[in-house]
Amino acid sequence: MKAIGKALLLIGATSDIGRATALVYAEAGWDIHLVGRRRELVQREADDIVTRTGAAVTAHELDILDIDRFEAFLSTVSPLPDTAVCVVGELGEQARAERELEHAAMVMRTNFEGPALMLGLLASRFAARGSGTIVGISSVAGDRGRGSNYVYGAAKAGLTAFLSGLRNRLSTAGVRVLTIKPGFVRTRMTDGMKLPPVLTAAPAEVAQRIFAVADGSKGGDVVYVRRIWYPLMAIIRSIPEPIFKRLRL
Amino acid sequence: MEGWGRYPRHESEVLVCRLPETLSGTVSSRAGLIARGNGRSYGDAAIGEHLTLTCGALSRMKSFDEMNASLTVEGGVMLSDILRSFIPRGYFPPVVPGTKFVTIGGMIASDVHGKNHHRDGGFGEHVSEIKLVVAGGEIVTCSRAKNSELFLATLGGMGLTGVVAEATFTLRPITTGWIVQKTVVTENLADTLKALKQTDDATYSVAWIDCLSRGASLGRSLIFVGEHASPSDIAQMPKAAQFPPSKAARLSLPVDLPGSALNRASVSAFNDLYYRLGARKAARASLVHWDSYFFPLDGLLEWNRLYGKRGFLQHQCVVPDENALAVLSSMLDRFARSGKASFLAVLKRLRGGAGLLSFPAPGYTLALDLPVAPDVFQLLDEIDKLVVAAGGRLYLAKDARQSRHTFEAGYPRLQAFKEVRRTTGADRHFSSQLGKRLGI
Ligand SMILES: Cc1cc2nc3c(=O)[nH]c(=O)nc-3n(C[C@H](O)[C@H](O)[C@H](O)COP(=O)(O)OP(=O)(O)OC[C@H]3O[C@@H](n4cnc5c(N)ncnc54)[C@H](O)[C@@H]3O)c2cc1C
Ligand SMILES: NC(=O)c1ccc[n+]([C@@H]2O[C@H](COP(=O)([O-])OP(=O)(O)OC[C@H]3O[C@@H](n4cnc5c(N)ncnc54)[C@H](OP(=O)(O)O)[C@@H]3O)[C@@H](O)[C@H]2O)c1
Repeated sequence: MKAIGKALLLIGATSDIGRATALVYAEAGWDIHLVGRRRELVQREADDIVTRTGAAVTAHELDILDIDRFEAFLSTVSPLPDTAVCVVGELGEQARAERELEHAAMVMRTNFEGPALMLGLLASRFAARGSGTIVGISSVAGDRGRGSNYVYGAAKAGLTAFLSGLRNRLSTAGVRVLTIKPGFVRTRMTDGMKLPPVLTAAPAEVAQRIFAVADGSKGGDVVYVRRIWYPLMAIIRSIPEPIFKRLRL
Repeated sequence: MEGWGRYPRHESEVLVCRLPETLSGTVSSRAGLIARGNGRSYGDAAIGEHLTLTCGALSRMKSFDEMNASLTVEGGVMLSDILRSFIPRGYFPPVVPGTKFVTIGGMIASDVHGKNHHRDGGFGEHVSEIKLVVAGGEIVTCSRAKNSELFLATLGGMGLTGVVAEATFTLRPITTGWIVQKTVVTENLADTLKALKQTDDATYSVAWIDCLSRGASLGRSLIFVGEHASPSDIAQMPKAAQFPPSKAARLSLPVDLPGSALNRASVSAFNDLYYRLGARKAARASLVHWDSYFFPLDGLLEWNRLYGKRGFLQHQCVVPDENALAVLSSMLDRFARSGKASFLAVLKRLRGGAGLLSFPAPGYTLALDLPVAPDVFQLLDEIDKLVVAAGGRLYLAKDARQSRHTFEAGYPRLQAFKEVRRTTGADRHFSSQLGKRLGI
């Protein structure tokens, strides 16, 4: 693959969606900076992508909850990448989150606080340069709170709102901000769950869509990976709360 | 759990190995386990006696050394991924089986052969080093120079020496992703065997035998001979087509079909081709996409369901040259008279295999499918007698039913294999349903 002189920063390199995304960019000739919370595991992904594509790949260690390190970390990634994708997330366990504040806080911070602050920081730097694309992975779970996973859902709703604000703020600054809502994806996060096949994407499918929208020919700001989610979530959002509160979805 | 043939079925606990770092601990924690790759072996080889450890998540490539075209990968990496990454860069695996949906661990454990075995040997011959997780959980590096007995036992060892965590092997350079194919039409078995032998210096060759024809035309075949195409062979094609990507395979069967569906399809396809090519006698060379040439069945995902719920057996034997004509004709005759076997069989030339339990041996290998039915087992037992008498053997990766006697008669290096199992503690630790059935 011929290097095209562009760089991707991928935060959450050990996730199935993350590695699939990095691979699509590497195959398109991008340089890749991979980030994850355990160096050995990030290095494993880096070696994999180098071997598969011959791309230039670097491995970085960062815990998304460690916000004090964000500034210092970004100074190690230079030059500033062209596109930054953050796929970090944690489904957690709803029942446990109801009992343990610590667990609920971890889910909130991993899905909202960490990714939002990191992407916000990157967005400001992109704005100073006058170019760049920010991609955040939110979820359909953030479109409406449900009894079965509202702690996770609320954190994703926060991320969706944050990205929407960022997009609004930077719409004239040359910075694009994308919100990706994957729907169900067959990954480690959903391992063992029974998922409806028509609503369930493969990690590679999510990756292709991210690339197409962020750096390919497709446009979009808030994107569901499978089109069927657009009407589905429109219906779910439109159900009046007095009815919705009784549904078990 | 079941294999690709969906027969037999066994209960087994299943554990997914997610990260290489947990492999040692998982392996050493339980006895009676076996590794599983992508489950493309037909019978009971990848079903653990107590525990089946799926290795598909060990799917990362480690490094590629351009100087020697040598690739190092984790044991669960799929052949299809290697093809996808390396064909566009001008490399092809040294040996590929008839499906690309297999893992490197599975290819090593079965020491798989391709259409080039007569020339290039099995996959194992191209493996230079293996990192093997043995009974105690230690990671042992083995090669022809280091722990060579364990290395040779692991090639073709059906997972019974340990779990392949990593392997290094060489790729072959190619200049296009196309195969120049020539087809030879033969009139009978003697003709077919001779023609296959004459194509020994071709890189790839394989025969499709029409199992319906009897009498004077028993064993009539189409022999497909192939060479990697050079850029001049594809001069007419647009530049972008030099290394074509894999052909999309989407179709999978929503339901199980009655057992005869595949036979009907294959027989009419054969007859069609046979008469068309036969009429033209010497067929012209044609250019074939790598995916269609090597993996024609991969276009239809889950084709194993074509045989229906009861599943099917694949019988694959190898018989030495000297007896080949006599034995293969009586086998084909038996199969044809029984009306049980597929109407198409595949015949290839093999040379010796590298591993202690490798299937390949010098001679001809015949493979055909039979839907599971009560009377099929006896038929196959009788066929096996012919194989044993001829000094042949059956392929363990396809086997679901051979007897211990057939197995022991066919694998003279079994004792050496068992000795390696004993000295490494594998005999008390790694156990598959196949191993249990055959007393390995
Ligand atoms: C359509 C089709 C065509 C085929 N054509 C050919 C052919 O032309 N030539 C040929 O030789 N074979 C052929 N095969 C057989 C196939 O190549 C072998 O069965 C191969 O071993 C399957 O690989 P797998 O990853 O699916 O392994 P599995 O079926 O999951 O396992 C097979 C064996 O490998 C062992 N194993 C798997 N992973 C590991 C590991 N990481 N470490 C140690 N042991 C492991 C298992 O214990 C088991 O004994 C064909 C199969 C199909 C379905
Ligand atoms: N799978 C789905 O159905 C689905 C649906 C909608 C949205 N999503 C979203 O898609 C994204 C990717 O998920 P996935 O399905 O690919 O699941 P995954 O494999 O579990 O990915 C989660 C990733 O987040 C990382 N992570 C968690 N906490 C972290 C921390 N404190 N610091 C740094 N990294 C941390 C994990 O790293 P470790 O490997 O170190 O744990 C892992 O790489 C997530 O945001 C998820 O919410 C998934």
